[in-house]
Amino acid sequence: MEAIQNKVVGPVSEELTLVQAAKRGDDSAFEELVRRYDRNVFRIAQHITQNREDAEDVVQEAFLKAYSNLAQFQEQSKFYTWLVRIAVNEALMKLRRRKPERTVSLDEDIQTEDDSLPREIADWSPNPEQQYTQSELREILSKTIQGLPPGFRTVFVLRDVEGLSTEETAAALELSVPAVKSRLLRARLQLRERLGRYFQRRENGNGKSGDKSSDVNTGDVKTGDAPSGDGN
Amino acid sequence: MKCSEFLTELTSYLDGVLDEKTKVELENHLSWCHNCYVVCDTTKKTIEIYRDSQLYELPDDLRSRLRSAIMTKCQQHKKRGPQSV
Repeated sequence: MEAIQNKVVGPVSEELTLVQAAKRGDDSAFEELVRRYDRNVFRIAQHITQNREDAEDVVQEAFLKAYSNLAQFQEQSKFYTWLVRIAVNEALMKLRRRKPERTVSLDEDIQTEDDSLPREIADWSPNPEQQYTQSELREILSKTIQGLPPGFRTVFVLRDVEGLSTEETAAALELSVPAVKSRLLRARLQLRERLGRYFQRRENGNGKSGDKSSDVNTGDVKTGDAPSGDGN
Repeated sequence: MKCSEFLTELTSYLDGVLDEKTKVELENHLSWCHNCYVVCDTTKKTIEIYRDSQLYELPDDLRSRLRSAIMTKCQQHKKRGPQSV
């Protein structure tokens, strides 16, 4: 089985040239940095906030903050990692404002190790994503990742969707490398378990669950009650 | 290698950062333990599906609106001075 290949975000030396020009007051260089990373920041923000308007605000606030604090940016780290750290903090602040009754942080809802142990071991259909239309699939993926605690989904998004390294993710989230690794494993396993409800190989051969459309449309992604399987 | 040890190494294995000795032990475990093979394969698919999903893509019209709003705010900030954010 081959290792997962990460996405690569633009060359670092070019990024540094743009940052240095922006520091000297060249706004077109800063605008180029916006062009380079706006899609990434938007994706990260929407994954964390799960709200389109909040994500739009986060994109604006994160870039404005980066612009106004550019002089403080130490060029030992990548600008993108620094920007991601700002965006994650802005996104978490949005979550806190929307859910004032709860404290939202990267440490929230960290459950015991046992919660991530595989219970559902059934294999998936070949190319399971092709059983659904693009919009059905997006809804399944969105609902499923929403079920993860913010601390897990943030690590998953930075590592597996955006392709940051473990070290970059740790730096962006101000977590230790072992903490990133542990959360990533648990996030991956929990997502796998939950997606299994939609993607498992079925006896009738076409892989489609009879009640999947009602599951998707009501937004009811059930968690934690999978039939037990022996993972040990 | 036991199933619990496989689980501990799964993330490093999928990321391609396992040392050669552990990788051989893990792949040997996968060759006879069907449950762990399925967990490994479906976890890999989970990552690939999310990575390739284009979930939350920024539409072009919104993208240019946001960029122009950002640059306007940046220019206002520059005029007003550093204490305005």
